Amino acid sequence: MSATTYIGAAIKRKEDYRFLTGAGNYTDDVAMPHQTYACFVRSPHAHAKIRAINKDKALKAPGVVAVFTGDDLAAAKVNGLPCGWLITDVNGQPMKEPPHPCLAQGKARYVGDHVAIVIAESVQQARDAAELVKVDYQELPAVVRAGDARKKGAPVVHDQAPDNTCYVWGLGDKAAVDKAFAGAAHLTTLEFINNRLVPNAIEPRAANASYSRADDSYTLYVANQNPHVERLLMTAFVLGLPEHKVRVVAPDVGGGFGSKIYLYAEDVVCTWASKQINRPVKWTAERSESFTSDAHGRDHVTKAELAMDKDGKFLAMRVTTTANMGAYLSTFASCIPTILYATLLAGQYTTPVIYCEVTAVFTNTAPVDAYRGAGRPEATYVVERLVETAAREMKLNPAEIRRRNFIKTFPYQTPVALLYDTGNYEATLGEALKVADVAGFPARKAEAAKRGKLRGLGFACYIEACGIAPSNVAGALGARAGLFEAGEVRVHPTGKVTVFTGSHAHGQGHETTFAQVVADRLGIPIEDVDIVHGDTSKILFGMGTYGSRSIAVGGTAIVKALDKVVAKGKKIAAHLMEAAEADIEFRDGAFVVKGTDKKKAFAEVSLAAYVPHNYPLDKLEPGLNENAFYDPANFTFPAGSHICEVEVDPDTGNVRIVNFTAIDDFGKIINPMIVEGQVHGGLTQGIGQALTEGCHYDAESGQLVTGSYLDYCLPRADDVPAFKVGTKETPCTHNPLGVKGCGEAGAIGAPAAVMNALTDALGTPDIEMPATPQRIWRACRDMKRAA
Amino acid sequence: MYAFEYQKVKSVDDAAKIIAKDPDAKVLAGGQSLIAAMKLRLAKPSSVVDLGSIKGLSGIKVDGKNVTIGAMTRHAEVAASADVKKAIPALAALAGGIGDRMVRNMGTIGGSLANNDPAADYPAGALGLGATVVTNKRKIAADDFFKGLYETALGKGEIIEQVVFPIPKRAAYMKFKNPASRYAIVGVFVADTGSGARVAVTGAGPCAFRVAAMEKALASKFAPESVASISVPEKGLNSDLHAKADYRAHLITVMARRAVEAAVK
Repeated sequence: MSATTYIGAAIKRKEDYRFLTGAGNYTDDVAMPHQTYACFVRSPHAHAKIRAINKDKALKAPGVVAVFTGDDLAAAKVNGLPCGWLITDVNGQPMKEPPHPCLAQGKARYVGDHVAIVIAESVQQARDAAELVKVDYQELPAVVRAGDARKKGAPVVHDQAPDNTCYVWGLGDKAAVDKAFAGAAHLTTLEFINNRLVPNAIEPRAANASYSRADDSYTLYVANQNPHVERLLMTAFVLGLPEHKVRVVAPDVGGGFGSKIYLYAEDVVCTWASKQINRPVKWTAERSESFTSDAHGRDHVTKAELAMDKDGKFLAMRVTTTANMGAYLSTFASCIPTILYATLLAGQYTTPVIYCEVTAVFTNTAPVDAYRGAGRPEATYVVERLVETAAREMKLNPAEIRRRNFIKTFPYQTPVALLYDTGNYEATLGEALKVADVAGFPARKAEAAKRGKLRGLGFACYIEACGIAPSNVAGALGARAGLFEAGEVRVHPTGKVTVFTGSHAHGQGHETTFAQVVADRLGIPIEDVDIVHGDTSKILFGMGTYGSRSIAVGGTAIVKALDKVVAKGKKIAAHLMEAAEADIEFRDGAFVVKGTDKKKAFAEVSLAAYVPHNYPLDKLEPGLNENAFYDPANFTFPAGSHICEVEVDPDTGNVRIVNFTAIDDFGKIINPMIVEGQVHGGLTQGIGQALTEGCHYDAESGQLVTGSYLDYCLPRADDVPAFKVGTKETPCTHNPLGVKGCGEAGAIGAPAAVMNALTDALGTPDIEMPATPQRIWRACRDMKRAA
Repeated sequence: MYAFEYQKVKSVDDAAKIIAKDPDAKVLAGGQSLIAAMKLRLAKPSSVVDLGSIKGLSGIKVDGKNVTIGAMTRHAEVAASADVKKAIPALAALAGGIGDRMVRNMGTIGGSLANNDPAADYPAGALGLGATVVTNKRKIAADDFFKGLYETALGKGEIIEQVVFPIPKRAAYMKFKNPASRYAIVGVFVADTGSGARVAVTGAGPCAFRVAAMEKALASKFAPESVASISVPEKGLNSDLHAKADYRAHLITVMARRAVEAAVK
């Protein structure tokens, strides 16, 4: 392969060898000398006063090294966990931020809340002793549903928020929306629940913290998506440690989907405890702990209304959402149902006015935060369910109603803050209609009817805002952190290259895609490039990976550093070839004097930089090593069209997805194979949300009913069809690679497409997600009875 | 997992002696339920008595009338057995649909019947075919074996050695799976035996049970329409997040009809 065609090539992943042969190095694989093991005592109650904790028996159990409780942390002045985004409410008041202690103080607020840590010589001993920690609980009534949190007499989760309300927040022009609704020819209204999900990364959360008495420093290995942010939050806000004395390493991480963005209590407690006992403390979650204590996703109750003129042209949209925050504010919880949700409600359409009001509530459930898509699947669900329902009500073809309302000229300023730079929605929809053979659907439906089966077709034309974010915009919206990315290109004397990136890969394949970008830009073999990530002692700085931002922001930071390398290389080459710097161009891996055959290979220039015998030392430093920080000018706006076809067995309520087409616009694509894998995974998670996954807390007791795979249904390979995927490219206009990001698209578009197909098959306006066989059977039965 | 004693025994007698003496000791067959429960700290046996090295507890024999399966025979062996496929194809298919590949390679017929999980498949097969459970002490008809939720007729120190299935004229098993666990929400085994029809249901109640009304209808005509409109009362059926009792009752009729359809095909 020619070195300059790496971008766009379906190169097999560099990571696969180690992942597929068990040679990866995950946090739980890290073994330290004098290792100890931790087990967290967790609340079995959804809501309980902690009257006393007796740790005597546990301390005497075999192998126990230490037991700590909330009192110990309070005495040591360990702070609670911070929330990284301040939302200001409709009255200009800051959101309520009740303390989130790292070990419960006074009260436990959800099943799984961390109450004490037991540290022992072995995992088994820690677990055995944890059962001996006697916690005297006084059970209190619990509230778990978002819709119940503000009801009169609801149990109060935090005294600081007596009505269980974190904030009531609004976006858009309410008066203009009300006016448009008053004059509309047709209104479509839907009320629905966006179901709560449990993330389920294949590697459970884990931490292994050690303290060095020699230099009063700490090292924390942790399964995390952004080690620098973890370190910043932990040192500056919680433990009050000097940032430079803490090294955080996120080694190989087995999936995150958002759930490993956050600073968790367990990470802090293990780090703090490692100094107390002067030994490394390792904790690896059991799957049951993942279910109860990882940050969950979604959990909205929404009323959505769309106003149209007589031709189905959208006039206004009004959305009212109650979002469940869980018992405490997780790191980015507050911005998910606001900044990453309401801003997306324009979708792909020219709806001139939109108003969205979001009420965030506390409940006795695990904290809720970003989960693949994070706000954007919820927004797409609102928009695309409304649009499809409107089409049915107005007897318009679902593609036609969308075409009548598509945004066609760019840049486009939406009424909900975002400025779309580019897109071509007709291109993805047109292609999807072809690939899905929508024209042949009536015949397929008739054939299915002969077999007693119901077929349905559903569309979702989604948009997302990725590549988050311009730091100044995010800051104005309440972010307490910057959202740039950093990269460093270290060229070795022999022309080999190590690249250090602040992005973090936990399954995305950055070691391959980023290397493709570097090899392509430098014109060197991909084997000559290594990508390093996930270690605060190696990486300049990093804001990490979430929101499909890695290639758009992290990739661009690398490109900026590469540009500096080439610029310096030109100076060196000009000196070596006794030419003017302006006459040097860099192409195909060589510095060439324009219009001549004189050239210096990349490795010749790098060697000169490190062996500067013939070198302009008076004008130039030796070495070839460049850094760059990149703060994006705008979000990127991936978009696409998904079409789902389902077949329902009305006798049992069983549903099968018989066809799923996804045509996406991710801008420029670096590695189509990896992109396709991301789309497959995202679609599967989206289908999971629609049909199988539902996190269910018992409304009375607050117990997590779906606390294992016996009851929580992750989609499996036989739940999904062979996807038909394709791409259309409109390059992003504001980053040098033209990239937009692809990690979340599948999970964003699929739920609406599936549910639109299912409601089409059943002829019912709505059915609750996850649409399990039981729910579908009941809908079929009710339809039959009504008929 | 809590600490426990592990004992490997050479004979059923030795195992029986241990469990007769120690009520907290547990027999380990394939371990697909017991080990999982122990890992979750839901089971805390004092001692685990491993039947794995007892000779003669595993294997399949078929004569003109019966299929006899040793208690330690793995589900995968039954599923793959050419003899079983020929004699009672429905039983091979049932075994091939238990759990997943790993469960089928480890789990045993004796373990499954002795555990009597309310959603296990084998109890429906044993009851539907009118099998006989042979223990170290006696022979127990399937009709007398399943007593309730995880409860069987097995007494103190009693261990299953083999299961004898009479070969029916035709039979079939239809299972509607829990989408999450893939256990039976409702599984119906129907058999047209030499002496009438049998219909056994698993997943729907505390343990497998027969449906007399369907058996009677099938005895006069073994055809799908015979059971299509027979409904089972929802009272006493399991009711949970995945399937309330009324849905299970409905599914029994649908699965019974489909099972008969498959049996007569």
